[in-house]
Amino acid sequence: MDMIKADRLAFEYIRRDEEGNVEGITRAVDGVDLDIAKGEFIAILGHNGSGKSTLAKHMNAILYPTEGTVYVDGKNTAEEQYLWEIRQNAGMVFQNPDNQIIGQIVEEDVGFGPENMGIPTKEIWERVEESLKAVGMYEYRKSSPNKLSGGQKQRVSIAGVIAMHPQCIILDEPTAMLDPSGRKEVLRAVRALNDVEKITVILITHYMEEVIHADRVIVMDKGRIEMQGTPREIFSEVERLKELRLDVPQVTMLAYELQKKGLPLPNGILTIEELVEGITELYNKSRGQDCTVT
Amino acid sequence: MSIILDHVSHAYETGTAMQVKALDDISIVIPDGQFIGLIGHTGSGKSTLVQHLNGLLAPTSGSIYYDGRDIHDDDYPKKELRSKVGLVFQYPEHQLFEVDVFKDVCFGPKNLGLPSKEIELRAYEALKLVGIEDDYFYQSPFDLSGGQKRRVAIAGVLAMKPQVLILDEPTAGLDPKGRDEILDQIASLKEKTGITVILVSHSMEDVAEYVERLIVMNRGRVLYDDTPTAVFAHYAELEKIGLAAPQVTYVMDGLTKAGFAVRTDVTTISEARDGILRAMQDTTG
Repeated sequence: MDMIKADRLAFEYIRRDEEGNVEGITRAVDGVDLDIAKGEFIAILGHNGSGKSTLAKHMNAILYPTEGTVYVDGKNTAEEQYLWEIRQNAGMVFQNPDNQIIGQIVEEDVGFGPENMGIPTKEIWERVEESLKAVGMYEYRKSSPNKLSGGQKQRVSIAGVIAMHPQCIILDEPTAMLDPSGRKEVLRAVRALNDVEKITVILITHYMEEVIHADRVIVMDKGRIEMQGTPREIFSEVERLKELRLDVPQVTMLAYELQKKGLPLPNGILTIEELVEGITELYNKSRGQDCTVT
Repeated sequence: MSIILDHVSHAYETGTAMQVKALDDISIVIPDGQFIGLIGHTGSGKSTLVQHLNGLLAPTSGSIYYDGRDIHDDDYPKKELRSKVGLVFQYPEHQLFEVDVFKDVCFGPKNLGLPSKEIELRAYEALKLVGIEDDYFYQSPFDLSGGQKRRVAIAGVLAMKPQVLILDEPTAGLDPKGRDEILDQIASLKEKTGITVILVSHSMEDVAEYVERLIVMNRGRVLYDDTPTAVFAHYAELEKIGLAAPQVTYVMDGLTKAGFAVRTDVTTISEARDGILRAMQDTTG
């Protein structure tokens, strides 16, 4: 069974002016079909207003479809009886860590979710411990959240979600407010959840370098899925991404610029190592040709 | 019109057990017309520093001089200082509130007590400077896209005609195109008006591309203060304090280690491209 399945999903909202009169209807998501398998690492890209956050909010029943259906682990999100089960099964992490942390002490904050689910106290503590260890924040369990850095706070938010034992975690621009090392910490934690705990990950981001490890990248535009493929397939299409107000990682851009100047590098280079290797290979090849000539 | 910080220190919660030294003996000079980048990990003191530049925070010790005068002298006109040193906070679009774009931008100059003709002229100029077209002037600021809202918010500060513009992470949360648009606008604005711009950023790629001088903060001190190229040559040290160099710097480093004779003091894509092409031509003849 798919972790998440969207079937001709559409979502409309009504724009109103100050007096409450209807000004028009915006179709934020417009006919999306999507299957996300258990254990997949999905990245969603798209410019501001492309519909990616609206799509994500359907994955744990914060929003309900205007048309079509969304299933989380086979359960229709529009059926109220499944609401709590779905919210617990698909956890969500937002952009600003300060809006998501409520506890006075890290471990209390992480225990909040399972406590609300009525888990026995002993098991809550077990879950708090394993969740904090999974994101590398166990040594800070007795700290006050406001003494932590942005990256650390965001990892505590993630621990709070995984303490509810979800099968799936949706992260909506979790690194937008973080410094480079904070971004790295959060990404490492997210990848570990996917690799080790086999949790399905849906990552929304504006940082192109963060999606190169995803199994699949989905590009949204005007509420529709515009492109879909492996990071290499997606980032091979530099011009198309630029048209969609997106970008490629800096190293991919450099490789693309070199290609334009005539260096026959492979398409869709994603990492620094790949580019260094590609250039070394070209060099060795050209030297080999020189040898045969002389 | 320079700003001089002379041995400035700032501590939060002084006299309590919670005392934190956010700025520790900072001495820098900010001359007219520079494009300066300010980087440092969360909590390194960047925001505390910029809030000293327009007098929002006062130093615990040390002095700040604007145009040769100590801004914390009793008779110093603080209000004037705040219009001369414009500060654009993070997510400035959250501070938009008026019924239309034009009125929102008028708010700042109106508070300066200017004649209404002058206010409207300034608002018009400011909106043009950030690339907002006339069509949008009478729309609600809330109907604009994220990048447009942010530009309107920046125009609101520009309408005060500041001599120094400080932007705290102006691109956070914007899509890549929106990011480039804002930074290009700021660069052309600096060209046109000659104002000093201080850009606080978490994006090493962005500061490498745009600024002429880069200040790196760590634990409330200035760790480096130099051209981006010279600063990013210390990438190993930068990583230790939670920062990094642009990806292309690492590419050049990797190529050097693989035996290529390329320049490693490279911080932008075009520099890297030219460097690699030159090295390939030299070796393949």
